[in-house]
Amino acid sequence: MIEEFYLLLPHILLSISIILWLVVDGLWKNKTLNFWGTFVSLVLTFFSIFISLNYIPVSGQMEFTHLATKGMLSFDGISYYFDLIFISSGIFTIITSRNYQREKYTELNELYSLILIAVFGMLIISHSTNFLTLFLGIETMSLSFYVLAGFFRKSFQSVEAGIKYFLLGAFATGFLVYGIAFIYGATKSLNFSDITVLIQKAEFNIVYLSLGLALVFVGLSFKVAAFPFHQWAPDVYTGAPTTISAFMSTAGKASAIFAMFLIAKNVLFQFSLFDSTKEFYKDTQLILALISAATMLVGNFIALVQRNVKRMLAYSSVAHAGYLLMGIVANNIDGWNAIAFYSLAYFLMQFGAFIILSLSETKDNDFNAIEDFYGLSKKHPFLAGAMSVFMLSLAGIPPFAGFFGKYLLFVSTIKSGFLWLTIIAVISSIISMYYYIGLILAMYFKEFKEGIKPRFGLPFVAVVVCLVLTLAFGIFPQYVIDFTIFLLG
Amino acid sequence: MNTIPLEFYLILSAILFSIGTVGVLTRRNAIVVFMSIELMLNSVNLTFVSFSAFLGDVAGQIFVFFIMAIAAGEATIGLAIVLALFRQKQTVYVDEANSLKW
Amino acid sequence: MGWLYFFFGILSVLAVASAIVTISSRNPVRSAFALIFHFFMLAGLYLTLNAQFVAVIQVLVYAGAIMVLVVFVIMLLNLSNEERLSEKFDVRKAIAITLGIAFIIQIIVAILIPNSFNSNLHQDSAVIGTAQFIGKSLFSNYLVPFEIVGILLISAIIGAIVLAKRKVE
Repeated sequence: MIEEFYLLLPHILLSISIILWLVVDGLWKNKTLNFWGTFVSLVLTFFSIFISLNYIPVSGQMEFTHLATKGMLSFDGISYYFDLIFISSGIFTIITSRNYQREKYTELNELYSLILIAVFGMLIISHSTNFLTLFLGIETMSLSFYVLAGFFRKSFQSVEAGIKYFLLGAFATGFLVYGIAFIYGATKSLNFSDITVLIQKAEFNIVYLSLGLALVFVGLSFKVAAFPFHQWAPDVYTGAPTTISAFMSTAGKASAIFAMFLIAKNVLFQFSLFDSTKEFYKDTQLILALISAATMLVGNFIALVQRNVKRMLAYSSVAHAGYLLMGIVANNIDGWNAIAFYSLAYFLMQFGAFIILSLSETKDNDFNAIEDFYGLSKKHPFLAGAMSVFMLSLAGIPPFAGFFGKYLLFVSTIKSGFLWLTIIAVISSIISMYYYIGLILAMYFKEFKEGIKPRFGLPFVAVVVCLVLTLAFGIFPQYVIDFTIFLLG
Repeated sequence: MNTIPLEFYLILSAILFSIGTVGVLTRRNAIVVFMSIELMLNSVNLTFVSFSAFLGDVAGQIFVFFIMAIAAGEATIGLAIVLALFRQKQTVYVDEANSLKW
Repeated sequence: MGWLYFFFGILSVLAVASAIVTISSRNPVRSAFALIFHFFMLAGLYLTLNAQFVAVIQVLVYAGAIMVLVVFVIMLLNLSNEERLSEKFDVRKAIAITLGIAFIIQIIVAILIPNSFNSNLHQDSAVIGTAQFIGKSLFSNYLVPFEIVGILLISAIIGAIVLAKRKVE
């Protein structure tokens, strides 16, 4: 069917460009050509999504057996929305990595190819309707991330981040697939829609299914860095190249959350509909709520004592995984909508903050300590202003995008009856203000310290875009919310 | 006809999975940790194949095929990272990679 | 059929024993060879489940490709040096082993709860285990995952080159 071609356009364009730029790299070895080539391919992929959006099938209209994808990929609107986040974060990573690579190491074209492959993996995750494609998407993304984390192989920190991420990520993969194996045994199927039907008919083995779901959530908690599996995240995000940390902690986290979202929406949600399984659903929700609460508290408390801004942002990303999990706990249309909005807001603000860090790094000194930011406003008022906006948005202060994201999450959790979780989230947000605002105070009210010399140029464009969008979505959140509600149907 | 019950296979794979987990948690040598992860993935393969054979459904064996492809990918990348670590520090012990601390 | 139980018993005992040797041996080369032996035992177990294709692929991919790579890296790094490999027993290990045993017990209890599975292999199991059947479904129903795995392997190749190349231009 020709519709299917249009629906798959992003995937097709991206997979062609992955191979094309590898071949071009082998033939000409021109760094400028490859940089702009990968950039343009991602931008084209970005716009191709707007073509695909016109062909989204009304649910139930498409008979999967006639499709070339055989029901392995779905074409929901919300998947395309997340694709937009993933692809734009890929674009930002490419344009910010060039100067950073030249400064810290040496420019290698492989970095751009690996970013394309990671984005491809994320597109597969967001479109999967089957545990097999979900698993392959997660692995495609993770394998590229392992390499990207250890990409600066002359720097010991980067290699250390790579090996830690690899060993723990592969360990988590073991749990993930073991869980999938039990779900398969319980339901005789790997397809979400088949599993839904079987749950409705009550033709499944509840023991194997609950064991499988528990193991799958353990595996995915590793990938989103939720408590108690968060220990790798600060080390990896600190050790990895800064632009890559930005990519991993925003798009990587959003895609792992989206994988949880798919399972929660397609499998877990079914349990809430029947009296016989309601008890089980309640227990699952409670466990997820406890994990979410612990994650945000641990992330925020440890971030308080950090003196290194990059490590502080890493812990704050752990805390934000906790906030995003609130939407999974709520598991209703408000919760899903809140995850969609907050993933976008979190991507913009966290990415912007990381890029500002990467602007000032040099070969010998990272200038990541909080002391290096003392009095930044006097020499570089715009940079200090932008950093302050990102910090305020991360802390959840109006009128920035982060505030509305948190607001939507809180409302959705209250609606599903988890008032205590919302109270904990509010308390931990207040705790987090201490270190976010501490950085702003350091930038505005301390004596200027010589040393930090930000480089302006192409990466700066990404900062400006993040800044403008953080403000725009904070002041006019309604446009995004309407869009996501429309896409969620 | 085979008369060994499904539970035997599942218990065997649970034992192997746990042995792999203990190996990951206790060993310091990155290559041995990697081999323990391979043990875990293999026990998962056994679970999939036994479910597939008892359910009469091919999806489990297809999944095993993909797990093997991914294990091969992980092996190349993992050993390359170990090699990079060795060139930096002349060690393969995970706990000697500890420059990142708070 | 007694001989099948006998066969299963031998294979599973050897598989568990070789797995324990893999994680407890001080010498990584010995671990690697125990693991190769383990893979052969698993291939035998797959044969008792009528999964011929998986059994063959198990030997080809794991023993033939992955473990050769592991042994190659161990030899390259010249790790078979005993005194550098001595590892002591400590509290962390005790905790890990306790957790592992708790995990086994939990899963075994869950598995032993009565379920609706047949006590015999499914009648189609001999058909679906063949290379023909798996190949057909791989290139029809599972074509998309097959293409995805191609991209995944590209990333593995690029990664290995980037990380292990001796010189950066």
